[in-house]
Amino acid sequence: MIDLKDVSKTFTLHNQGSAVIEVISNVSFSVAAGECVALTGASGAGKSTLMRMIYGNYLTQSGAIRIGDLDVVTAQPRDIIALRREVLGYVSQFLRVVPRVPTLEVVADPLRALGVPAEDAHRRAMDLLTLLNIPEHLWTLSPTTFSGGEQQRVNIARGFAHSYPALLLDEPTASLDAANRDIVLQLIETAKARGAAIIGIFHDEAARARICDREIDVSLFAPKVAA
Amino acid sequence: MSEYNFAYLDEQTKRMIRRAILKGLAIPGYQVPFASREMPMPYGWGTGGVQVSAAILTPDDRFKVIDQGADDTTNAVSIRSFFERTANVATTTATEDASVIQTRHRIPEDTLTEDQVLVYQVPIPEPLRFLEPRESETRKMHSLEEYGLMHVKLYEDISRHGHIATSYAYPVKVEGRYVMDPSPIPKFDNPKLDDMAAIQLFGAGREQRIYALPPYTQVVSLDFDDHPFEASKADQICGLCGAADSYLDEVIVDDAGGRMFCCSDTDYCSRRRAAGHQGPAFPGSEVAA
Amino acid sequence: MTPLLSVQEISKSYGTHIGCADVSFDLYPGEVMGIVGESGSGKSTLLNCLAGHIAPDFGRVVFDTRIDGPKDTVTMSEPERRMLGRTDWAFVHQHARDGLRMGVSAGGNVGERLMAVGERHYGDIRHKAADWLDRVEIDTDRIDDRPTTFSGGMQQRLQIARNLVTGPRLVFMDEPTGGLDVSVQARLLDLLRGLVRDMGLSAIIVTHDLAVVRLLADRLMVMKSGHVVEAGLTDQVLDDPQHAYSQLLVSSVLQV
Repeated sequence: MIDLKDVSKTFTLHNQGSAVIEVISNVSFSVAAGECVALTGASGAGKSTLMRMIYGNYLTQSGAIRIGDLDVVTAQPRDIIALRREVLGYVSQFLRVVPRVPTLEVVADPLRALGVPAEDAHRRAMDLLTLLNIPEHLWTLSPTTFSGGEQQRVNIARGFAHSYPALLLDEPTASLDAANRDIVLQLIETAKARGAAIIGIFHDEAARARICDREIDVSLFAPKVAA
Repeated sequence: MSEYNFAYLDEQTKRMIRRAILKGLAIPGYQVPFASREMPMPYGWGTGGVQVSAAILTPDDRFKVIDQGADDTTNAVSIRSFFERTANVATTTATEDASVIQTRHRIPEDTLTEDQVLVYQVPIPEPLRFLEPRESETRKMHSLEEYGLMHVKLYEDISRHGHIATSYAYPVKVEGRYVMDPSPIPKFDNPKLDDMAAIQLFGAGREQRIYALPPYTQVVSLDFDDHPFEASKADQICGLCGAADSYLDEVIVDDAGGRMFCCSDTDYCSRRRAAGHQGPAFPGSEVAA
Repeated sequence: MTPLLSVQEISKSYGTHIGCADVSFDLYPGEVMGIVGESGSGKSTLLNCLAGHIAPDFGRVVFDTRIDGPKDTVTMSEPERRMLGRTDWAFVHQHARDGLRMGVSAGGNVGERLMAVGERHYGDIRHKAADWLDRVEIDTDRIDDRPTTFSGGMQQRLQIARNLVTGPRLVFMDEPTGGLDVSVQARLLDLLRGLVRDMGLSAIIVTHDLAVVRLLADRLMVMKSGHVVEAGLTDQVLDDPQHAYSQLLVSSVLQV
């Protein structure tokens, strides 16, 4: 489902003496449907960078990243937009929303974008918010004022609203208490069971052990300094 | 004979104005620019109408001037004497005897014939100006037939007054093409514009525009499906002649606020009275409409 | 799939000064594209060339018309172009007074485009105007008030209602949130986003506000000195800018 071949990434900082920073190089791996793979490595090894490259958020200089039939590296913006709408979900660490939009709409949004009728989308959003213990009186408020943990759960609800065939999870359980952490892990297990290909970053080792089939150490892809 | 050239204007100017009139007749409702001359009267006194009349008058014509329907107001009297002096043409107050009728803000009650020309004095020829002050833009709107704005004006009327309150200078569409300002005639007169046997010429002196309606031209007053055009007048009869079908002016008759309605068309009213009709203003009289 | 708008090699100069040069892109139905750049970068010139307000020196702006399919709007007749301007296209000006008739009531402002395309039933026009005032969150009791009595944010929302009432397919916006308070901006952005989704609109938004494009635009073009220096997915251009100027632009935004 997700297939990376010889993928490399550099940043060129034009305004800082055109410094070129190589981040990762020659990444190749695949994730099959129903499989969950954890990216590991020390902080700064490039785990988040690699996730963002797969999502098309960072530009990839060389190699190929295939998700389904689409190569994200060479795809047109509109193909990536369609991919994100239909195929590839991404739960980031931070919630970014339009101010003033109620929580229920934020969660229902991905389904509405797919053309799901408002009523059905709202029902699914309510189920998820209930499951993730967001009190009902908060649903009509914008999540911008919520606590960190609440925002993260809203973000997860949004990420799981549509049954994406491929999912990217960046620290989905980071700021959650034990009970909510367990609920999120169940959601991930359910997604796996329906055949989603999942790539995640989990600092929580127990969580990793419970849901991940494999681990990929990203520091192995670090450019060899003066090899 | 006076020392003036016939009808005051020089021959070249009259030719120029005639060309504008012919163009106007060829494109009914279209505003033709022309090089308006200084006339020996102030703007607003009918300089446009006077120039059109001067260009079309012949020595054999019989000329009539009405101001708001009346032959005897200052404006009408002076224009009539102007052409008596400069063109030496015969004049009349009888509508049916006139071959050229210059008018300010009325159409005579009598049906005009193919042998007559009606010349309107026009203060503002551009019907779209109320909402679009840019001349460059209104010209484009005319040329591209973009007339939505005209209905905005009527919409505003209904939203403010509950009905179309525009009661004079009511916009019309000519032969399904140009939207035209019929000059500030009461909308009661609008239906007379349509299919008229006489030639209708419109002259705006200050604005330097001439436009025209050839005989039997289709002229439709703009409206909404659910607020159709209505030619309205005061719901009264003439106090002098008892006419119920003519456009009425309201006249204050004493210091106590007493008022009376009477025909705005003085020729029409006086002929009716001469024929024996009498209105309620004459005590004891029977209304003989 | 046919692009809704295909912009090909558009150039416009003012004497020796370059307005915009050799700009090409395709916009597909439902897409929102942002154009960012500093003042004088040519983004407004480009927008005006696309919307038919000024004639480009060179290039084509091919629009997928409802009846005849793709047609170059630069070479089409003026009546046809102006007809597009009041049916399938809409233009939201930065200053509401440029896009509204200040002497006409709110209802008349919204109704004008309907009357321009031939609606002649007062009751229907008024009903639609009221419906649109409601959609842009203006109290329908204000339908007979003139926009001069409205706040800046309300005027801008009225301008949007006036533009969208005929169900256009492509909306051009020139700094739609410029000059508004931050709280009013948020409300407007939320409204625009909802309308874009619900009506399936395509839009081209010129702004210098990167927060606006991040929230509204799927795609982004960065302009400098009349040239497009970078284009791509909005979040990709903002989070991983490639060109020196884009990097400068993104790094210059104050974090809150």
